[in-house]
Amino acid sequence: MDTFKNIKGDFPIFNSHINLVYADSASTTLKPQAVVKAINEYYTKYPANVHRGVYKIAETATERYEATRTTVAKFINAKTPNEVVFTYSATDGINMVSSGIEFLFQKDSEIVVTETEHHANFLPWQKLAKLTNSKLQVIKYIKGKGLDIFISDKEKTVNLKKYVSSKTKILAISTVSNVIGDINPVKEIIYEAKKINPNILVLVDACQSISSEKIDVSELNCDFLVFSSHKIFGPTGCGVLFGKGKILNSMKPYRVGGGSIKAVSEFSTEFLDAPYRFESGTPPIASVIGLGSALEYVSGLNFKEVKKHNSRLSTAFIAGLKSCFDNKVSIYSLGETGIVAFSHSKIHAHDLAQLLAEKNICVRAGHHCAMPLHRALKVEATLRASFSIYNNMSDVEKILSALKEAEVFFKVN
Amino acid sequence: MTVYSDNILDHFQFPRNKKKLIKKNVSFSVNNSSCGDSLTFEGHIENNVLTDIGFTGSGCAISMASASIISQKVKGLKIEEILNIKKEDVFLYLGIDLSINRVKCALLAWEGILKLVSEKK
Repeated sequence: MDTFKNIKGDFPIFNSHINLVYADSASTTLKPQAVVKAINEYYTKYPANVHRGVYKIAETATERYEATRTTVAKFINAKTPNEVVFTYSATDGINMVSSGIEFLFQKDSEIVVTETEHHANFLPWQKLAKLTNSKLQVIKYIKGKGLDIFISDKEKTVNLKKYVSSKTKILAISTVSNVIGDINPVKEIIYEAKKINPNILVLVDACQSISSEKIDVSELNCDFLVFSSHKIFGPTGCGVLFGKGKILNSMKPYRVGGGSIKAVSEFSTEFLDAPYRFESGTPPIASVIGLGSALEYVSGLNFKEVKKHNSRLSTAFIAGLKSCFDNKVSIYSLGETGIVAFSHSKIHAHDLAQLLAEKNICVRAGHHCAMPLHRALKVEATLRASFSIYNNMSDVEKILSALKEAEVFFKVN
Repeated sequence: MTVYSDNILDHFQFPRNKKKLIKKNVSFSVNNSSCGDSLTFEGHIENNVLTDIGFTGSGCAISMASASIISQKVKGLKIEEILNIKKEDVFLYLGIDLSINRVKCALLAWEGILKLVSEKK
C-alpha cells in the first residue's frame, strides 16, 4: 500500500531526476512546486523590503510576510502571532534563546540537555554554561535502553530527578533525535520537569518531527520551540522561534541592528517588543513567504498518515537490513520515525554512501552533527537513511539492493 | 563514474606501508572527525631523507588508499621534495575524480605526511 502514491508529482526535482531515491530528509526535505512558485512570485511580482515602504509592492511584501507569521502561529497553536519570531535557522533561534536568557543565571545555575542532541541544541548551551560558570547536566544515552530518564526500556515513563533540580534554569530537548530517530515524549518530560522546578524554562527543538507530527505549543507547555523551514518542505535560510510572550519580551536580542528598535540615541537603544526586537536586518523575506506556502501545502496532509507512512518504511528497511546483512550491520534505530541509522562492520559509512550515490541514492554518512551521541554509540560514523512522504517501498528495496551490491564490490562475505 | 578504480581498491584492500616502524624518529596523527577517519604516520628521517614510513589507522577506502599511495611516493624522497608536493599532485597520484565532499578523505594522508616530515625541520 502506498499512502502518498502520486505525491512525487508535487516535487519538481523528480521531473529532472526521475529515478532519484532521496532518503536524506532528516538533513533537508525536498520542495514542492507550490513553494518554488511562492518564492518566484515574490522575486518577480513584489520584490520589496518589509515594514518600510508605503508603496504597493512593499505593502504586499509586508502583508505576505506577516500572513506567514499568523499561519505559523495557527500551525503550532501559539496564543498570538507575536510569539512567533522569524530566524535564519533553528540554530539561530536556539542561539537567540541561549544568549537572551543569560540574565537569569546565577553562580550555581544549571542547564540540562541530552546526549542525543544535534550540535545546534548542544553547543549554545555548552557556551552559555562556560560563560556563566554554570553546570551543564547531560542526560546520558544508554545504548539499547534510550535516554537515562526512562524508568524502563519498555515504557517511556519519565523520571528526571537525577538531572533536573531547583537550580536548573533551562532544559533543552529535541522531539526526535536527528540520528537515530527515537521519539522523546516531550510533553511528559516538560510536565515532569516543571513539577520538580516550576520556574524551569524548556526549549523544544522540533526540527525532526515538524513535517510528520502535529505540534501544539500550548498543550506541550514549552517556553520555547524552534524549527527550520527547510525541514518542512520550505526554503532554506529561515526558521521559527516560538517563545511565550513574557519571557520573549524580557530577553535582549543577540543580533542587533536596523528594524528592531523603538528609538536610538547616541549611547542607548530602546528595542521594539517581540517578535520584532529579534528580527534586525532585512529578513529572509522570500524564504518566510515560501515557508507560509509550505505550511499551506502540509495542511493538505494527514500527519497521522505521514507518521505511519514514514515509520512503515523505516520498519521495512530495518527488517531488510537484518535479513540481508545479519550481524554485519549494527542498527541504532527503532523505526519510530522515518530515520534509520546503522553501520556496517566491514565497510565504512562513507564508502557505502558513495556507492549508493553512484546509483542515484541519497543518504548521509558521518556523525550528523551529533558527536556526543556517536561517542555513546561507540561508533565513529553511521549511515543514515531518512524517509518522507515522497519515498515508497520501492526506494527501500533499491537501497537494500545497492547495499548488497556494495558488499559484493568490497568482497565482504 | 566510480571513484573506486582498480588501483584505489587494490591499495585499500592490500595497503602498502601499513605497519608500525621499529626504527623511527618522527610520528604524527591526523583525523577527520566528520568522517571518523584517523591515521597515524611514523617515519625515519636520516640525512634529510625519509628513509622509511609506516601508517596505522582506520577510515574509508579513499583515505586508506590515499595513505598507501602517498606513502609509496614519499619513501626515499628528500624532506624538501615531500614538502613541495601539492594537493593537485595527490589527485594525480590517485588518478580519480573526487567530488567536493570526498576531497578531504583523499587529502588527510597528505596533510599527515607533510606534518610528519615538518616535525624534523
